[in-house]
Amino acid sequence: MNQVNSISEVEEQIIEEFELFDDWMDKYQHLIDMGKSLPLIDSQFKNDDYIVKGCQSQVWLKGDFANGKIHFTCDSDAIITKGMIAVLLRVLNDRTPEEIINAKLEFIDKINLKEHLTPTRANGLVSMLSKIKTYALAFSGNKI
Amino acid sequence: MIDVEQIRSEFPILSRKVNNQSLVYFDNGATTQKPKSVLDAIQKYYSEINANIHRGVHTLSQEATDAYEHSRKTIADFINAELAHEIIFTRGTTESINLVASCFGKKQVNAGDEILVTEMEHHSNIVPWQLMCEERGAKLKVIPVDDNGELILSEQKNFLTAKTKLLALTHVSNTLGTVNDVKEIISIAHKNGTAVLVDGAQAIAHTEVDVQDLDCDFYCFSGHKMYGPTGIGILYGKEKFFNEFSPYQSGGGMIKEVSFEQTTFTTLPYKFEAGTPNIEGGIVLGAAVDWMKNIGLKNISAHENKLLHYAIQQLKTIDGIRIIGEAKHHASAVSFLIGNIHPYDVGVILDKLGIAVRTGHHCNQPLMKRFSIPGTVRASFAVYNTMEEVDKLIAGVKQAKKMLS
Repeated sequence: MNQVNSISEVEEQIIEEFELFDDWMDKYQHLIDMGKSLPLIDSQFKNDDYIVKGCQSQVWLKGDFANGKIHFTCDSDAIITKGMIAVLLRVLNDRTPEEIINAKLEFIDKINLKEHLTPTRANGLVSMLSKIKTYALAFSGNKI
Repeated sequence: MIDVEQIRSEFPILSRKVNNQSLVYFDNGATTQKPKSVLDAIQKYYSEINANIHRGVHTLSQEATDAYEHSRKTIADFINAELAHEIIFTRGTTESINLVASCFGKKQVNAGDEILVTEMEHHSNIVPWQLMCEERGAKLKVIPVDDNGELILSEQKNFLTAKTKLLALTHVSNTLGTVNDVKEIISIAHKNGTAVLVDGAQAIAHTEVDVQDLDCDFYCFSGHKMYGPTGIGILYGKEKFFNEFSPYQSGGGMIKEVSFEQTTFTTLPYKFEAGTPNIEGGIVLGAAVDWMKNIGLKNISAHENKLLHYAIQQLKTIDGIRIIGEAKHHASAVSFLIGNIHPYDVGVILDKLGIAVRTGHHCNQPLMKRFSIPGTVRASFAVYNTMEEVDKLIAGVKQAKKMLS
């Protein structure tokens, strides 16, 4: 069985990946491409039960708990928001609730994309992150 | 003719960099930048005459009061109000509309009555009426918009009934840039005995407004969209309505006599200005009006129209561009979409290029629904914008399209 990389290891990988880009355009192109690889939410769940409403863009998020880990599927109507979700899920997907609760996500600052995670952006990402943590909290209760 | 470079030099913020690029500011519909004379007026107020106004016998209070009342007169002249006390200082257009919705509702609107708005209204010219209608048991009706973004005026007469107490509509649409023929609309409404409130937030900095010529009953606008400060706005209203209305808020400054048994209220305009007002804002708004008058509304309008039409023409050369709102009378703003690309994504890329536009539903959710779109990208213009900046916008849109397609 393959060894699963820890959250900090994946964060380090992403930082290195983004360091390759000298200018913002290449970086955003990479982000946009990552958005296309997002584990998409099943269209039947793209409804009001799973929506995270932002003023600018919307996000749909579903978390499923199996074998002690949470698997998230997602979508957004905006591609840059999708890219941001893809970056975050590369770190947070298929983790235990404890790992998710304890994740600091400081790498976002290091790859200079923190501006997308401020409430004023109103892109739904801040609410999505808190929903991810809520899933983790709920499922951590389940396990006990 | 105006000297745009000279005008630009009066705006310190225009020389700053955003994301290492020269700022191109096309979010003027949300708020305009401020010229040096306005910034100086703020400084001067606090450095030289700051005091609470009205009733103070000392020199500073009198000077501040004089400046505040002088500004009221300047604004009255600017929109050709007959009387200075028909000008009420508020926090902005939103508060102005809320004041009328509340006071007019209590006085004039009863169960079964109707209030008429249009499909292109900003939320702030929908929700106050909706709440008032709920409270009074009245009904909110809506004049629809056609595919070009113009009001379907043939419908106006059908909507005006014996029960229509007030029509609230925008002078210029914040999303579509449509200029409504408010004078004609007001005249039709008045023949029906319907009062009219005009939301002038997007018109006041772009076109000459003469409230007596329009014959509107109420006209509202915000200081920050006309080169003035945030947190100050104007409600113009005909004296006869204001005299009938009960006060909106109560407190100091608006009373004649107070006892525990009964309170009587003072005269206009103070009856509607309870508490210490935004003194600085009121005074500085006068300075902003002086600045605009000095350039001339006709000159401002001519320059902005040139930018607007050039922008529309250039946008249309880009494959897949959809202009939202192509009214015959169009001012100050253009809304567009690039194919199916989400407006948020376009806004993020343009920001990286130093270009500030607004994206989203622009507080116009019913209008977005009408056009079946999630939002638009909106570029809105001011007198300090240049043709070169429009070129940068067009290049930015092309770049965004390339990256996001």
